[in-house]
Amino acid sequence: MADQPLTIFQVAGRAMSAQLIRMNTTASNLANAGGVASSEAAAYRTIKPVFQTEYDKATGLATVNVQKIVQAGQAPTKRYDPTNPQADKDGNVWENAVDETRELVDMMETARGYQNDVQVMNTAKSLVLDTLKLGQGS
Amino acid sequence: MANDTLFGVHAAALEVRSQRMGLLASNIANASTPGYKAKDIDFTQALNAVETATATGSTDDQAIQDATKYRVQLEPSMDGNTVDLSTEQTAFAENAVAYQTTLSFLNGRINQITRALKGE
Repeated sequence: MADQPLTIFQVAGRAMSAQLIRMNTTASNLANAGGVASSEAAAYRTIKPVFQTEYDKATGLATVNVQKIVQAGQAPTKRYDPTNPQADKDGNVWENAVDETRELVDMMETARGYQNDVQVMNTAKSLVLDTLKLGQGS
Repeated sequence: MANDTLFGVHAAALEVRSQRMGLLASNIANASTPGYKAKDIDFTQALNAVETATATGSTDDQAIQDATKYRVQLEPSMDGNTVDLSTEQTAFAENAVAYQTTLSFLNGRINQITRALKGE
């Protein structure tokens, strides 16, 4: 499959997969927002996918791959909270490093991108089907 | 293509429209990829090139590739991406309608020839 020329359906389909991975990371980030941990290393850090364009020389088309998923954003913040059951011996907890506003904005952008890809695929599909029916109708 | 009198300009037009649809789909797919540069086909130039491609001995693909240009971006972005979603969506919709129009022309021509052959 890798050495076959890309079709417009693969372009839109793989872009949809990439956006879905991005949506999954956003969901993971939001699920961990507001949580605390007993050490800085154990606290959750925001994860983000890295998008990369994949060009197809044969057709001139370009689609998206998720190259890797990285930890991004700020480091966890230390908060003094001795009554917290998660607190360490000094009475500190580390808050998970998730910027909820940023995640929500990212989620909206991802949804828009996904919708656009679905629209592209639908339009391409109906045009291809119409082309197949060329000369059949009256 | 130039000698193709049965379908006239529409065969070449359908080819260019189809290629352009793929290119615009690539732009929309890469709307949030850092560093991606949007491209588009100059339709008039591509159509002329495809029509004269057989005369000059080059292929349709080569002719269309020569007419593919980078889009001039409206405003710069931090991540180097030059895709403007509304521009791409408008171009894609326009191109889809034009593709459908070309199909109608082709359908009309096919029906015309079929009727002539049957002698109805």
